Amino acid sequence: MDYLHIIIAAVFVNNIVLAQFLGICPFLGVSNRISTSIGMGGAVLFVMTLATLVTFILRKLILTPLSIEFMQTVTFILVIAALVQLVEIVLKKVAPPLYQALGIFLPLITTNCAVLGVALLSVQKEFNLMESLLFAVANALGFTLALVLFAGLREQLELVELPHAVRGVPIAMVVAGILSLAFMGFSGIV
Amino acid sequence: MSSKNSNWTIFMRGLVKENPIFVMLLGMCPTLGVTTSALNGLGMGLATLFVLILSNTAISLIKTLIPDQVRIPAYIVVIASFVTMVDLLMAAYWQPMHEKLGLFIPLIVVNCIILGRAEAFAAKSSTLQAVIDGLSMGIGFTWALALLGGTRELLGSGAIFDYPLVGEDASTMLLFIMPPGAFLALGYLALIINKLRGVK
Repeated sequence: MDYLHIIIAAVFVNNIVLAQFLGICPFLGVSNRISTSIGMGGAVLFVMTLATLVTFILRKLILTPLSIEFMQTVTFILVIAALVQLVEIVLKKVAPPLYQALGIFLPLITTNCAVLGVALLSVQKEFNLMESLLFAVANALGFTLALVLFAGLREQLELVELPHAVRGVPIAMVVAGILSLAFMGFSGIV
Repeated sequence: MSSKNSNWTIFMRGLVKENPIFVMLLGMCPTLGVTTSALNGLGMGLATLFVLILSNTAISLIKTLIPDQVRIPAYIVVIASFVTMVDLLMAAYWQPMHEKLGLFIPLIVVNCIILGRAEAFAAKSSTLQAVIDGLSMGIGFTWALALLGGTRELLGSGAIFDYPLVGEDASTMLLFIMPPGAFLALGYLALIINKLRGVK
């Protein structure tokens, strides 16, 4: 599979949020403002790429040689949880401005199923190291794109007078549905 | 309040009043991802129910042994072990469903309902109450998933539990079994439930 193919498929055609339903919690939770969406997107890009790299190496060097692939879920989630902690500590020391910018989003990422999902998907698709990394970056970009678009729509929605029963979840879901419908237009281009 | 009475209260809570999906909005990924039919919703719900009861039981049993600082990683390992068990058991005994749910089975690990109940309830309660709470939340999750799956299957393929209700050449709203339909169906269901709960 060539690299451009992977990128376009992950960002537009099989968008991780709007077509695969991974990472819905932060998609609904932190998408009130465009600026926070970009922050969350940055944090996800960082952790997703690192997590995919580390889980790939662990799988190749430990799980497969010992033939204990069934430990995959346990290992991967522990790696992600540890990695998030580590990234938090390192950033705090090395790059305080970046830490401040990502701050509250980092701990939330452990329970972001997109991160575990991408690590598991790249195992399922039998990608090599380069393809896995590219897949992770592209998915993180797709996640950010969906989040930013949705935040833009929600910022506009706040200006509209809505009936009480529609406010909150129902309107958010319907708007997400329309956005997902728009992304379906990309299907078939790769 | 007698203990029998309070157990009953715990049991009823997850079913409607604190329903994990429609009221607390937890575990949205599998909710939207697998509910293309009532049966898929039911399968996912039962897998989650199973993990939820086991993890609630285990965590309430070992709650005094876990140091407070490392409780979240400890809970995650407990949950991940049970998820791996369910994954392997389903692959062995319920293979068609295992194939349909695919990636979403290992992803039960990061379902916020399970960690949420471990942290908010099982870590503070007796084992019996934790089991009842797991059962209640699990059933609440399962019926909500089956309802959403059933709605999408009915509108999208004109069937319910794979039993066709319309003729073969009838045109159904295919949109509802595609990704946008998941968002739309849940949005309208949430609206109907808001109305029923008396929000104007």
